[in-house]
Amino acid sequence: MSYLALFLSLIFVFIPLILSKTLHLGLEKDTIIATVRSIIQLLAVGYVLQFVFASEQFVFIILMIILMIGAATQNARKKGVTIKGITWKLIATFVFIEVLTQAILLGFGITPPTAQYIIPISGMVVGNSMVLAILFLNRFTAEVEARQDETELILSLGGTPKQAIHTSLVTSIKASTIPTIESQKTIGLVQLPGMMSGQIIAGADPVQAVQFQLLILFLLLTTAIVTSIMLGFLSYPTLFNDKMQMLKIREEE
Amino acid sequence: MTTTYEPIIQFNNVHFSDKGMPILKNITGSFQEGKITTLVGPSGAGKTTLFRLCNRLISPDSGEILIKDKPIEQYDPIDLRRKIGLALQSATMISGTVYKNLSLPMTLKGEELPEEDAKELLEDVALGGAFLNRNVKDLSGGQKQKVSIARTLVNHPKVLLLDEITSSLDRVSQQDIEELIQKINQKYGTTIIWITHNLEQALSIGDNTWVMMAGEVIETGRSDLLNNPRDERVQRFVRGDME
Ligand SMILES: Nc1ncnc2c1ncn2[C@@H]1O[C@H](COP(=O)(O)OP(=O)(O)OP(=O)(O)O)[C@@H](O)[C@H]1O
Ligand SMILES: [Mg+2]
Repeated sequence: MSYLALFLSLIFVFIPLILSKTLHLGLEKDTIIATVRSIIQLLAVGYVLQFVFASEQFVFIILMIILMIGAATQNARKKGVTIKGITWKLIATFVFIEVLTQAILLGFGITPPTAQYIIPISGMVVGNSMVLAILFLNRFTAEVEARQDETELILSLGGTPKQAIHTSLVTSIKASTIPTIESQKTIGLVQLPGMMSGQIIAGADPVQAVQFQLLILFLLLTTAIVTSIMLGFLSYPTLFNDKMQMLKIREEE
Repeated sequence: MTTTYEPIIQFNNVHFSDKGMPILKNITGSFQEGKITTLVGPSGAGKTTLFRLCNRLISPDSGEILIKDKPIEQYDPIDLRRKIGLALQSATMISGTVYKNLSLPMTLKGEELPEEDAKELLEDVALGGAFLNRNVKDLSGGQKQKVSIARTLVNHPKVLLLDEITSSLDRVSQQDIEELIQKINQKYGTTIIWITHNLEQALSIGDNTWVMMAGEVIETGRSDLLNNPRDERVQRFVRGDME
């Protein structure tokens, strides 16, 4: 695609801008910010990737993954400020899911150990893990608060903290992973997944593109469920003290 | 006060506060084993908070709580909570059937409450075995209170902490529950601590009574102290109730 074509694609930004302006929707500022950010971020990534692919240095791959995990943590931690040490729990979760998926992919030779594969797949895994972490933390903090009486009831009858928090935990794990599972049921029927569309446009064989998309879908299933469960089991103990008492939920920082 | 009864729960200079706000101040005193102690006082006096301390859902900022002469910290929290049963005024239910709620104390031990036992408990609290498979969300406030009492009895606690458990019951049900609790007290020697806003009930059912106000224990003694309180604030409180 030429830079002129890219420039012309800005028409698709002007349409919402004009509509927002005439209908007083007040979306202009956010639209412009989103556009500028996406241009800068994606171009920067493009050049960085070009450099990393060319250098063929493993350390750059690791650096990129660290960067991704850092950004994902920064984004998700706001949703879990009421949970003690949430930053480290998120980092542990993202690192674990990244190592797990790459170990399977590279270990079984499903994908070759090159930057061209590792980086985009890591991006999708960590990105989805972040979305799942946000969904989970949102739901979990809400459930814990809504079910405070129930949790204390179970403690008061001689239940363990794990038993007391079980309903909140399972509800939140389910609620956060269901969208991932549901969306896979209708995939391809209505909408072609973004990655697959991109590959087809770039000239790849559609069947090849589908194979890769399937790989990604399965990967994201694992990502979704492992993220929610791991984060859940890392988070719930911080809601109790060693006397099996429920701690007051900390006020938003 | 008689000395033939041992204290089962003893408070020594117990303080408890929340976000710097004192809620219980310098509580000292004891509940006698095998007796029925009623606990009265205006709203916000700290009665429920005292119960939460006894069941160890919370811990005091300072002072000590002894259970049978041993500091409460020396007991395993789970064992302690099973032996010191708590029925709260909110009568919180877990979603599902009445049976699921009654069986909860057993489920937590990895066991199940036999249906026959559950039915018997429902008869005991004057609800009736037919309620066994009803969904708790269809129960009235008073019916929930009955389920909550029955559920607390499942663990066969040595001490029963009852927080306004008859507040939404009609007169007949209230008498049924009073008789049940008195029976448990006599038959098993279970110690009963009963918070009530009903001074008549506090007097008729209690052996001893504590009067609490604004986080302090103002007066303790045999329950007939309510007929003739020494403290002037208690006199006013009792008189206010009669009007
Ligand atoms: N979880 C809590 N967090 C903060 N403050 C609380 C909490 N529970 C109770 N309090 C405060 O502690 C004080 C005593 O409350 P408590 O529930 O023990 O009173 P009570 O004597 O049981 O009153 P009532 O007769 O209305 O049930 C009140 O001022 C209340 O606002
Ligand atoms: Mg109360």
